[in-house]
Amino acid sequence: MSTVEKPASTPKYKVIGTRPIRHDGTDKVTGRAKYGADLRLTGMLSGVVLRSPHAHANIKSIDVSAAEALPGVRAIALCGDIPDAANKIAELGEGSVNLQHLRHNVLAENKVLYRGHAIAAVAADTIHIAEEACKLIKVEYELLPPVMTVLDAMKPDAPVLNADVKTNSLGEQTDKPSNIAKHFRFELGDIAKGFADAKVIVEREFHTATVHQGYIEPHNATAMWGQDGHVTVWCSTQGSFTVRQQVAELMHVPLGHVKVVPMEIGGGFGGKIAVYLEPVAAILSKKTGRPVKVLMNRADVFEGTGPTPGSYIKVKMGADANGKITAAEAYMAYEAGAFPGSPIGAGAMCVFACYDIPNGKIDGFDVCVNKPRTSAYRAPGATNAAMATETVIEEICEKLNMCPLDFRLKNAAKEGTRRIDGPVFPRVGMVESLEAIQNSEHWKTPLSGKNQGRGIASGFWFNCGLKSAATATVNGDGTVGLVEGSTDIGGSRTGLAMQFAEALGITVDQVVPTVADTDGVGYTDVTGGSRVTFATGWAVYEAALDISRQMCKRMAEEWEVPVDQVKYENGGVTGPDGKRLGFAEIAEKSVKHGEPIVGKGTVDPQCPGGAFATHCVDVEVDPETGKVHILRYTASQDVGTAIHPAYVEGQIQGGAVQGIGWGLNEEYFYDDKGTMRNSTFLDYRMPTCLDLPMIETILVEVPNPGHPYGVRGVGEVPIVPPPAALANAIYNAVGVRMQQLPMSPPRVMHELLKKNK
Amino acid sequence: MAKKRIVSANINGKQTEFLCEPRQTLLEVLRDTLDMTGTKEGCSNGNCGACTVRLDGRPVVSCLVLAVEADGADVETIEGVAPGGDLHPLQQAFLNNAALQCGICTPGFIMQSKCLLEENPNPSEHDIRFYLAGNLCRCTGYDKIVRAVQEAAGCCGKS
Repeated sequence: MSTVEKPASTPKYKVIGTRPIRHDGTDKVTGRAKYGADLRLTGMLSGVVLRSPHAHANIKSIDVSAAEALPGVRAIALCGDIPDAANKIAELGEGSVNLQHLRHNVLAENKVLYRGHAIAAVAADTIHIAEEACKLIKVEYELLPPVMTVLDAMKPDAPVLNADVKTNSLGEQTDKPSNIAKHFRFELGDIAKGFADAKVIVEREFHTATVHQGYIEPHNATAMWGQDGHVTVWCSTQGSFTVRQQVAELMHVPLGHVKVVPMEIGGGFGGKIAVYLEPVAAILSKKTGRPVKVLMNRADVFEGTGPTPGSYIKVKMGADANGKITAAEAYMAYEAGAFPGSPIGAGAMCVFACYDIPNGKIDGFDVCVNKPRTSAYRAPGATNAAMATETVIEEICEKLNMCPLDFRLKNAAKEGTRRIDGPVFPRVGMVESLEAIQNSEHWKTPLSGKNQGRGIASGFWFNCGLKSAATATVNGDGTVGLVEGSTDIGGSRTGLAMQFAEALGITVDQVVPTVADTDGVGYTDVTGGSRVTFATGWAVYEAALDISRQMCKRMAEEWEVPVDQVKYENGGVTGPDGKRLGFAEIAEKSVKHGEPIVGKGTVDPQCPGGAFATHCVDVEVDPETGKVHILRYTASQDVGTAIHPAYVEGQIQGGAVQGIGWGLNEEYFYDDKGTMRNSTFLDYRMPTCLDLPMIETILVEVPNPGHPYGVRGVGEVPIVPPPAALANAIYNAVGVRMQQLPMSPPRVMHELLKKNK
Repeated sequence: MAKKRIVSANINGKQTEFLCEPRQTLLEVLRDTLDMTGTKEGCSNGNCGACTVRLDGRPVVSCLVLAVEADGADVETIEGVAPGGDLHPLQQAFLNNAALQCGICTPGFIMQSKCLLEENPNPSEHDIRFYLAGNLCRCTGYDKIVRAVQEAAGCCGKS
């Protein structure tokens, strides 16, 4: 491993701010890294899941006799194989889940609620036999009308998906079954007075499409249910402990009897937290006494997992003649999918969070529709919301004849600003992210071509803290085995090893990081919420301090001096009278005599520090086709302290491009029967490298006061600004205001034709 | 079920014989029969490029090649790119440039990029983006991948 570059921007650190090659890199460029689907166990069977062809139907009967009779079929699983969960709620760290809904999502019982809903699963000698057996399972359906949009689902006479879902309205539980699971409200100040004080008021409605996280690796799970009742699960997950809990709770197995082994994971973005296949593989293994591996194909992934909600949002904002926002109001309805639990809460927290707004009101609705149960997707809920707020702001600026960047600077949230949902910001970098764009080469370079336009937008994500644990064992050769529980989606092992090395004054090559299974490391919450480098980084920092204390104690004893006269500094222990011993020398001593040195760190930090980003994009719109071509893209972001700048840039670039896909092309396209018609990567059109320019990044480092190294989560906020920035750029290019996502060629063309009528 | 066939192919420079059903893809045989799991499955319908291998000198998506079609062919997979232990300049460039995050698309990108550089040792940025457009990456936004290929092209050109 070598350090490629050491920038001068963070001289106070030796390791932090450098760009070492990641520890798992060689395995990943040579094909040796083992992802979930790569696992092979002795006696392993293949499992395939049968899925509903209908969006909404009652299941009248399921006949598996023909499938069971097929040679090579070993077991079939149905919902009845999972114990009834009543309406138990399980707390999963990052949120809670109704176990009966989870059970019914894993395998449908009496009703299918979306096309792709799992109904049964077959374990067989080969995947081909399992697929053939699935075709032999006879399911009799009674078709029901599908409900595909939030506005349709909220109508009083809409067909109701779940008889047990009744609206919780402003904190009060009603008793009539409804698709509206929840309605909540945040309020601040006096909204009527705020709008009365405004010189300009703009109100607009927005519709955004359902989109998928789009990770390249399909879901997979392998399980072995031992004769002692202990269950081992191998899978690609963002959280091995949350999988353990979901499997244990669903299958009524004691938590400690489930071991989850996280394999390498091929992308998640929020979509690999809920269980889908893990309980199914466990049932099939229990029935056969053999390990069973279950894989999804790509259509299963689109139709049966994820997605992130489509939404209807109405935003109204007012500003006075000086360009100060006086009031903001939002009505937001998000698709939950088949079962309650959309990220509407997060969307409502983020919708106006970039700005200091004295008077506000936000109404949020969580609405069931006949689509897969939605799951998190990178700053879940915030991107939809920013599309509304950030384009309404542009209209206000136009009416006030103000520069949109100056307007944002004037209203930017800063330390002490109260969000409409209550929290007051600590030190944050919204202003700095705007100034970085203002000072950028990009912003200073004028754009003059025909049908070209520039747009900016800002975004906020609150980031999560949550629990993390790590242990570190000092080896006799001066290396350290660092064991942590955060599954590594994008190089986090190295970002953690760097913080650990920094704390001990050793090199990152001396640290050998491992992501352990649930029996091998302390409880660690999911890889999500932009929390790993922040919270698990803090845990490894604590483990390093623990080691330094143990080394001090040991050297004090050896030098026969009081422990307060020795100090750990610069990669070793210093004592009185020039006594000094380096880390590697103490490590060598420690294996020869005395106790081994093992450090431990456990944290539950409370101040993750919010992240702010501002993006600037230049586009050219083809007036003949409506196609939007991106000419230049710059993303600036307050990243706290960039531990490994290359991977921080990578998070920003990857998030920005996901946001570009969301903005320009991606959508679940449904026919009138509620069938997704584009469940392939050819038709669900994610950006390819030919669609894009280089993504320029500006890392603004405003250290988070709530972390020993000033770390702020960076992974999620970059997806938030792109759709709005693109919408604003399209307006500046061809004069049409886009209020629907995606802004695909037909939609842009439609607006252009309307304008030119 | 149709009878299994014997297929003989040169895989990563080694003459290899395997049995397969006519319906099995080259991807499936590589992964499940020959235990070469470096080639990844992302979509199984040729849309994502994660399973790219080189077949008789051309990049192909191995999910759209039947294993029986490989009879008598030369196949190169990611496992064959650094046989002696030294990384290929492309592999090293992907590491140097942080051109992977989750890494699931990386073997496919390296195989496709290797074919590009053999066809065109000095590609422009547009050449690279055009040649790699059939390989999807959801993590990186492609910026660092393109830069890695540019860096490797410089190295390959020199050597």
